[in-house]
Amino acid sequence: MKSFNFHSIKSVKEAQKLASGKSVYLAGGMTTIPAMKHGLASYSDIIDIKNIKDLSGIKVSSKSIRIGAITKHAEVASSKEVRKSISSLALLADGIGDAQVRNRGTIGGSIANNDPTADYPSACLALNATIHTSNRKIHANKFFKDMFETALKKGELIETVEFQIPTKSSYEKFPSPASLYAMVGVYVAKYKSEVIVAVTGAQSVVYRCKEIENALNSNFSASAIDGVKIKSSGLNSDIHASSDYRAHLIKVLAKKAVTGCK
Amino acid sequence: MASLVGSRVERKEDKKFLTGKGRYTADINLANQTYAYFVRSPHARASISKVDVSKASNAPGVVKILTGDDLAEDKIGGLIAGWKIVSQDGTDMKVPAHPPLANNTVNYVGDHVAVVIAETLDQAREAADLVRVDYKVLKAVVKTSDALNSKPIHEGIDKNLCFDWGLGDKSKTDEAFSKAEKIIKIDLVNNRLIPNAMEPRASIGDYNPSSENLTLYTTNQNPHLTRLVLSAFCAIQPEHKFRVVAPDVGGGFGSKIYPYAEDAVIAWTAKKIERPVKWVAERTESFLSDCHGRDHITHAELAVKNDGKIVGLKVETIANLGGYASLFATVTPTYLYGPLVLGLYDIPVAFCNVKAVYTNTTPVDAYRGAGRPEATYMIERLVEKAAKEMGIDRAEFRSKNFISKFPHQQCLVHNIDSGDYSAHLNKALELSDYKNFENRRTESKSKGKLRGIGFSTYLEACGIAPSAVVMSIGAGVGLWESAEIRFNATGNISVFTGTHSHGQGHDTTFAQIVSDKLGVPIENIDLVHGDTDKGPFGMGTYGSRSLAVGGTAITKACDKIIDKGKKVAAHMLEAKPDEIDFKAGEFIVKNSNKKKTIGEIAFACYLPGQYGEIKSPLPEGVEPGLKETAFYDPVNFSFPAGTHICEVEVDQDTGETKVVAYTAVDDFGTVINPMIVEGQVHGGVVQGIGQALYENARYDESGQLITASYMDYTMPRANNLPELRIDYTSTPATSNPLGVKGCGEAGAIAAPPAVMNAVIDAIDIDISMPATSEKVCNALQKNKKNNKEAA
Ligand SMILES: Cc1cc2nc3c(=O)[nH]c(=O)nc-3n(C[C@H](O)[C@H](O)[C@H](O)COP(=O)(O)OP(=O)(O)OC[C@H]3O[C@@H](n4cnc5c(N)ncnc54)[C@H](O)[C@@H]3O)c2cc1C
Repeated sequence: MKSFNFHSIKSVKEAQKLASGKSVYLAGGMTTIPAMKHGLASYSDIIDIKNIKDLSGIKVSSKSIRIGAITKHAEVASSKEVRKSISSLALLADGIGDAQVRNRGTIGGSIANNDPTADYPSACLALNATIHTSNRKIHANKFFKDMFETALKKGELIETVEFQIPTKSSYEKFPSPASLYAMVGVYVAKYKSEVIVAVTGAQSVVYRCKEIENALNSNFSASAIDGVKIKSSGLNSDIHASSDYRAHLIKVLAKKAVTGCK
Repeated sequence: MASLVGSRVERKEDKKFLTGKGRYTADINLANQTYAYFVRSPHARASISKVDVSKASNAPGVVKILTGDDLAEDKIGGLIAGWKIVSQDGTDMKVPAHPPLANNTVNYVGDHVAVVIAETLDQAREAADLVRVDYKVLKAVVKTSDALNSKPIHEGIDKNLCFDWGLGDKSKTDEAFSKAEKIIKIDLVNNRLIPNAMEPRASIGDYNPSSENLTLYTTNQNPHLTRLVLSAFCAIQPEHKFRVVAPDVGGGFGSKIYPYAEDAVIAWTAKKIERPVKWVAERTESFLSDCHGRDHITHAELAVKNDGKIVGLKVETIANLGGYASLFATVTPTYLYGPLVLGLYDIPVAFCNVKAVYTNTTPVDAYRGAGRPEATYMIERLVEKAAKEMGIDRAEFRSKNFISKFPHQQCLVHNIDSGDYSAHLNKALELSDYKNFENRRTESKSKGKLRGIGFSTYLEACGIAPSAVVMSIGAGVGLWESAEIRFNATGNISVFTGTHSHGQGHDTTFAQIVSDKLGVPIENIDLVHGDTDKGPFGMGTYGSRSLAVGGTAITKACDKIIDKGKKVAAHMLEAKPDEIDFKAGEFIVKNSNKKKTIGEIAFACYLPGQYGEIKSPLPEGVEPGLKETAFYDPVNFSFPAGTHICEVEVDQDTGETKVVAYTAVDDFGTVINPMIVEGQVHGGVVQGIGQALYENARYDESGQLITASYMDYTMPRANNLPELRIDYTSTPATSNPLGVKGCGEAGAIAAPPAVMNAVIDAIDIDISMPATSEKVCNALQKNKKNNKEAA
């Protein structure tokens, strides 16, 4: 690991003042630190945002849940409010990595990182999330650009993530056995006006599966998915799963999710 | 004092390990220490025209950069294959040179090219980036199945063939097959595994220019042998001025038996620069450069009579050695494999052919079980298949063919001293509730899951090994063991053993034996191992040999202590030595209450006199001190055996396979500490489940290891496992006084076929290890399609 300056700061303002082309924000460090240790990334300044109070906490209203960026996965998983209003979100958080990762990793870090196999991005899409940053509001549909690429500009800081509470929802994940990241994850959320089906792990970036959405919009049941054809072309293929297997899993998981919707 | 042998004594070593006080090689830091970083080949196969260190040498903090040229200049020798194998045509095995730093060619990704020594690790790593190596990339041979048909990767080694070895009577076997009523055939791949010891390898070299002594601290299972190889073959330092210390070692599983290139280079470099040099592997380096395990392709055939009696066995195996022949690489797929293909069955004739090949992959060597898991996987898959094809119950088919009289001379090599195979089979049948399995299958089905059951009745050969026997078949060294019992004047004991504990719990087990033998409380007994300057020469720990061979040496040393104690006690108590009984730590004159404790005897031996009178407690001719050494060369291998029964459930939609029940009933002979043995069985079984369901080292076509991190190489996790049901039966070994057989590898040997037989039983189609979700899912879909077509 190359040497760097370390800044532990208390406000968003300070964070933005220190941010530069060679700096990085540090939340849980679950992604950033391994990357630095492996020599895949190096920075002149590490800006630790874990002590910015404004970025923590979970607030629930009748329509939405707002989760501060530095909220840890374990906190979301055990939050009574989240469990009550969007239990699938708490379960998603509970299924991220292992206990160590859940006790350090944060929602903001996960979303900013936008790993194609991460879980939270699918929640953002399926739950119509708005990402509140230091500069603006970004709808989830416009946030996840490509593999490890988001709409965030240099130095822009995620402050909170706001999820719309659905009528019912469910997240089904098939973890990759080695890494525990999603080989495929399918998030189904039913709103009064529409059904959203977000898929992670299967392409270079999280996406909405229109084929399954269409089927479910006309008939919200697992059997409605039987007739859907998921093409394997364009899906990820790697040593853990071929694109065919991923296509197969999307359907299996979507059906399970629909059945499990609460 | 109650007997400790057989009781669940808590592990003496756990306190330090569980409280973070273990002292591993990486924990050692020496004054004036430098740091090493290795420049490794990014190519599977290449020739090197030039290694340019000029820019790197000027980088900040660099102390020295050394390459293969420097090594050659200093006449440092190469690493060796320690066991000579002779091919069927009478020619010796072919072994390429294996210099610790590459000499013009590299043969796997991670092969060692240069070492950079700097003041800090970061400086060494950064300078290593500046070393310019001119590689000419050559076509790599990667797959085991391609090696024999490819151009040689090593000059002069035709077909990449190290040896073509045969064991058994080929013509008699062919004859048995020609008369067989039924022949069952199977094709198997034994997947390549990466050992993944929790502690990555590390070495620290420390040279003292004043005394001219060299010390190497290293993560090793076998410090004396490491010293021997580095002295005698690499010519780094004469043995008597060379100390090798293997302090606490965090797991080995075989991968730390051998001296590695890094050990040789670090020892040599420390001597050269006259400063301590420290190297600690990064996890990626462990994946790339720790010797891998398994990697066989096998075709086997079983000749059977219609009544299910086996009449012959034929096995043909191609074993991948990787880029070079590592220390035990040649014996692992031959003498540790071939004799064991018979399993615990009474098979009258057999022939086993093994072709060992070189490929541009990480060297393959002994890994937990070493040859025996491969043999067991073959015979247990084959037997299960035979039972199924012949419509005979899997338990019945097996027991029909069990060896039932002992001693039993097998048709290949081993003479099995003791066993009772029906005993562990029957106990396992009961413990696993075999008779109600079909109910459980139906129950699973109602939940949409496919349930399967699989057996593995195994035999292994441990306690290696009688020196004269193994040296007659190619071993470069004898495989005896040593022990020294050193009483201190105050009555406590240091026990020195030539074996090495890196997770096995020797500190406790060996102390239990000594405590029982000498009647000294266990807390007053300390086991010392892993330092060539302390104890006598020993052969290390592997092949479940430590207790059977090392424990016997300890027992013999205890006997010598007792003999001497009797002489001293007799003199002190004015009796004859043959009038003295020794029991529970006391020397007692027969039929009297005259006695001396062993502590009093130790005291007298070290302080042989008294105030005011010239009188020694020692009889004439008896030397002062109480310390005895014993070497033990075993008379035979020991033969643990057992029955493992596995049940799996397969998710029909995803193919995900879970082990839902696992029963292990093992016959390890005498069990000294059932708790420690359970731990060994747990660990072994989990490694076996890992091989069957998860683990797989994979290379791409160019020879890049694509499973070089935990993101891609799947290890079994606690939540992948059911509660393991474990029990024992016992037929004591007759070849050692303790009656012990060895338990360290059994789980890893027995589990893979038990799990795979269960998977195949569940899905009714043959697949290879590991049974990943996708593989199982595809098999299920293929089945569905076939069934549809058939209908
Ligand atoms: C073993 C392991 C298993 C894992 N398994 C899973 C899994 O199953 N599913 C899953 O989804 N994830 C998984 N992860 C990833 C985990 O969820 C991480 O927590 C997450 O990817 C990054 O979060 P972090 O808080 O650690 O971010 P950091 O590593 O601190 O930061 C990651 C990136 O985000 C940026 N960043 C952080 N916070 C902000 C912010 N508020 N605003 C703007 N930028 C910010 C950082 O600058 C950095 O570039 C796993 C990680 C590990 C190590």
